[in-house]
Parts: sequence; structure tokens; C-alpha cells
Amino acid sequence: MSGHLFTYDSMDKFLSALAADSSIYAPVLLAGRGRFSDTPLVRYGRVSRAKDICWIHKSYLSPKELLFPPRETLFYFTPGRMEEAPLGDDKRRTVLFLRACDINGIHRLDRIFLENGGIEDSYYRRRREKLVFFLIECSESFENCFCVSMGANMTDDFAAAFRFEEERILAKCASYEYDPLFAKFADSAKYEPNFVEENAVKVRLPEIKEMPLELYSHKIWDEYNTRCIACGRCNTSCVTCSCFSISDIFYDENKNCGERRRVWDGCHLDGFTDMAGGHRFREKNGQRMRFKAFHKVYDFKKRFGENMCVGCGRCDDVCPEYISFSNCINKLAREIRGDSGKNT
Amino acid sequence: MNPYRTIQSRIIGISKDAELEWTFRVETSLKPCPGQFFQLSLPTIGEAPISVSGFGDGWVDFTIRRVGNLTNAIHGLKSGDSIFIRGPYGKGFPLDKFTGTHLVIAAGGSGLAPVKPLISKYFDNQSELKGLDILLGFKNPGSVIFPDEIKKWKKKFNVVVTVDRGDNLWKGKTGLITERVKEMNLPEDGNVNVVVVGPPAMMKFTAAEFVLRKIPQERIWVSFERLMSCGIGKCGHCKIDYHYVCLDGPVMNYSMAARLID
Repeated sequence: MSGHLFTYDSMDKFLSALAADSSIYAPVLLAGRGRFSDTPLVRYGRVSRAKDICWIHKSYLSPKELLFPPRETLFYFTPGRMEEAPLGDDKRRTVLFLRACDINGIHRLDRIFLENGGIEDSYYRRRREKLVFFLIECSESFENCFCVSMGANMTDDFAAAFRFEEERILAKCASYEYDPLFAKFADSAKYEPNFVEENAVKVRLPEIKEMPLELYSHKIWDEYNTRCIACGRCNTSCVTCSCFSISDIFYDENKNCGERRRVWDGCHLDGFTDMAGGHRFREKNGQRMRFKAFHKVYDFKKRFGENMCVGCGRCDDVCPEYISFSNCINKLAREIRGDSGKNT
Repeated sequence: MNPYRTIQSRIIGISKDAELEWTFRVETSLKPCPGQFFQLSLPTIGEAPISVSGFGDGWVDFTIRRVGNLTNAIHGLKSGDSIFIRGPYGKGFPLDKFTGTHLVIAAGGSGLAPVKPLISKYFDNQSELKGLDILLGFKNPGSVIFPDEIKKWKKKFNVVVTVDRGDNLWKGKTGLITERVKEMNLPEDGNVNVVVVGPPAMMKFTAAEFVLRKIPQERIWVSFERLMSCGIGKCGHCKIDYHYVCLDGPVMNYSMAARLID
């Protein structure tokens, strides 16, 4: 028998045994915290009970914050000393419930933090090596998802896979290490994870080796000059956006002590390219949209052999101006194919 | 290994090259190549990429323009004070490609700082090149940096200094550096390499002028300056197209650089 069956009670016992040496994170539903009144916010949080795992919605923020926190202290300063910020809970693993697109998204983060330039980012590395993937099966595609077009709908990189249903949870253990735990708390059942094979939203990718120069200043970017308000939500919600800024702070109580921190930054935000002396690049928001779009579906692939965007659609979910990134990619692809007059 | 860890280093000399540009000599055993940069920082104030403007046994020079919080604070340091460094980073000038060719170096403003180690190298090893022409452009006579070195270089090389606006005492050339490119003599055998470093507009128009003078793009080299937080290809600030200035630059061949759009 290749699978397991949990009740919510037995899953609770499984999670509590797992919690002996692991911190467990999953999408959780925060009532009343959503964008509109009386709507919930779904984001990653620590869980101990199966019912806390929110599997019916897509999370608003991606799980990248567990690897690459929005604000992370790199060093602590005291007079004459600079000490690396320790990672609390050093021996505990991080078990992460997440979807296929996000597992693929984390592989994209690996490209930047572990591969690019041949130097590993040690802060990312120390969190990454504690990470255990528990796949949440997507029973159907969510709004704005286009993971199939991006080839990010499937993965085999998980220690276990789960199908959440109202009354029961089906699971597959893909790691010898966790076999005893599954055997102890779950019944046997037949289960293999399914993957979404079609999304309502589809994109055509600009499959070209060299981006034509005229597309850098093409009129397709102009609408974003006014529509985009440079809030950067698309960057912060994106599982693959990895940019950050490093800055130092000092404490009010003692100005000789402080921290060197990194915080998330994004190519849509003002100040992202500002250099000392006043020079800056991409002042127009349309140029920033072009920069991001090319990175996600063209130049990351040129450098690493695979597209950066995984089609999770969160940028569309969160945009206060209702800008659709999948529309943008399709427009770009139409211009490249030279059939921009057509509607498909 | 933590790639963001810095090395506390001692400032062993400061020279005030111009009103805003001072050179700090830092004691270190790290050995850069001409064109590379370091990340310099002062804890609680900040960190920034600064290009190497000279180096020797046990020291590296950084010429720092006072334009922000960190550079203001560095200008407040004295000889003997500490500064924190990590590096060297990036690709420097392709010295092997320059060997045996005629080299033209065109630098604008503080763009002279990153090419100074290159000029010093050939000043000490003149036989590695067939010849060296140096074109230097500055805003005004007061912004000329490294006047003593320029005087020294004139003993061995053809050095032309031009300022955008002169004053009563200025005896050199006046006008943009592109004018000097138009009128200069270039060797006819085509065995030339050109280095252009300066503000973005200066690099763009000067490189274009060399192309008009029939120098192939493949023989022109530029050095880019961009905002950076990490210097090691992680923070994303210096990315242009699929290149990272900190990894694939700062020195780039113009055949590639001319295609890059921010």
C-alpha cells in the first residue's frame, strides 16, 4: 500500500509527534485581517493542529518568508565587535506545508541565494537546510493561477504529500525517515498526489533567445506608467522575488550599538536603483514593469535555464490596481509573435 | 562561511585629492586586480561598494567622494581609525587582452579612480603595452583629482586633460572629452584597446565616439557603477538584463554593455 489515511484526530497526534524536533508551518487563516472588511487573510504561520492548516484558499503571502524573512539581522554591533546574528532553535527542523508552485519557487530562490556568482548566502543556507517540504495537493486551480503554463504545477521534491478533505486527510510518505511516524499514526490507504493539469489562465511565453531592442521601450509598457502605483505588493507576495537592501541601524539607548539588517526590496519600489550622488534608473513605473516581466519570463532563464515565474498568480491577487501579470506576459508574447492585433 | 563578514582594517593614510574626493589608504593583505571593488562599511552607519583606486604591498587605496551618510562619516575618520572591508569583488580589466596592444584610457571625473591602478600598473611596466594615451575630463579645474599623478604620468605617456568649463588660470584644454576623442591620433594598425570609465552619459557618448573612430565594440571596455547591497549576486540591485554588475562587471566589454538596458 503506497499511501496513508488520517482522521483529523490522528493527524493531530502525528503533528504533535513531529513537533518534538520540528517547527511546523502552514498557511493559516487569520479572521478579519484581509484587504476588505470582514475578510480573512491567509498567510504562513506556525501550526500544531490539523484544523489550523488552511488548505481551501491560496495564501496571500508566499512561504518564502520562512527562508528569507522580510527583515533579518545579519550582524549585531557592540563597540569594537561585530557578531553574526544567531539562528534561534538551531537544531529544530522546519516542516513546511506548501503547494507545488511554491516548492518550485523555492528552487528558484536557491538559484539566487545558493548558486549565483558561486557564493552561498549563509543566512539563507542555514534556514534552507532545515527545511522539509510537505506538499499540499491542489484539488483544483485557484483564481489567477497559471502554474501549468510555467511548468511549475508538478514536483517530486517533497518528504510527504497530503490531500486535505473535510473529514479526512490522505497522505503519501516519500521519505524513509518519516515512514515510522506515518505507520504509527495513520491507516493504510491508496493515495498518489494529483497535480493541477489545467488552469483557467494560460500564458504564452516569449520563447526567444534575444529580446528585440524595441520591446524595451515598447508602448505595451506605457499603461503601467499610470496604473502601477509602485507599491511593491507584487514583489513582496512573489515567492521568487529575492531582492533586498542592507542597512545599519543604531539603538536609541546606545548609539555605539546596533545591527546590520537586510530587508525585502523590490524593483517596483522607489529608490531601488538610487545611487549616492542622485543618479537613478527606471524612473517610470512602466519601465519597472518591463524590468520585472523580463526577469520573470526571459532573462532569469537566460542565466539559469528555467523561467523565474512559477505562475502562482499572487501578484495578480494582491495588486491594488488590478494589474494582471499573466495578461502582461501574453501581451509581450503577442508583440514578439507579431500578431498583436488578435485577441488570443 | 559568512560572505557578509567584514574585516576590521586600519586606515594608514589620507590624501585630500579634491574638495569632495579624498583617498583613504587601508592596511590589508587582500590583493585586488585593477577595476575591482570592495564593500566598505562603518558599523551602525552603513556599507557601500567602493572601487579600488590603487594598491600595493599590504595596502589598498579607496578614493571616496563625499555624497552621503557613509561617505560623510568616512571623511570624518583619521589615520589610525578602523574601517570594515570585504572583497575584492567583480571582474577587473582584462589585462591579458591589453598586453602588446596600444591602450587608450578615457576617464571622466571620479571615473579616474578605478582606472588609476591600471595606469599605475603600466607606468611601472611600460613594455607590456605598445603605447598608452590618457584622456581625462573634469567639470572644472577644481575637480581635477590626482594632479600629482597626472604630472608624473605625463613623463611617460600622452596625457590630455580637458575641463568642461575653465577659469582664468586654466591652461589646459576646454570642452567635453568627446571632442578630444575626435581630434586624437589613433594607431592605424587596429591593434588598439580602449577603456572608457565615467558617469553614464560620458561613457555612452565617449564609447560612441570611439566607435565612429572605427574602434570595434569588442575592443572597448567600460566600467559600470550601480547601487549594490551585497556585491555577491544576491541583492538584485545591480542587475541589468541577465547580468549582475557585481559578478559580470563592473568592467564589461562594450559589445555586451552597449546592449544592456536598465
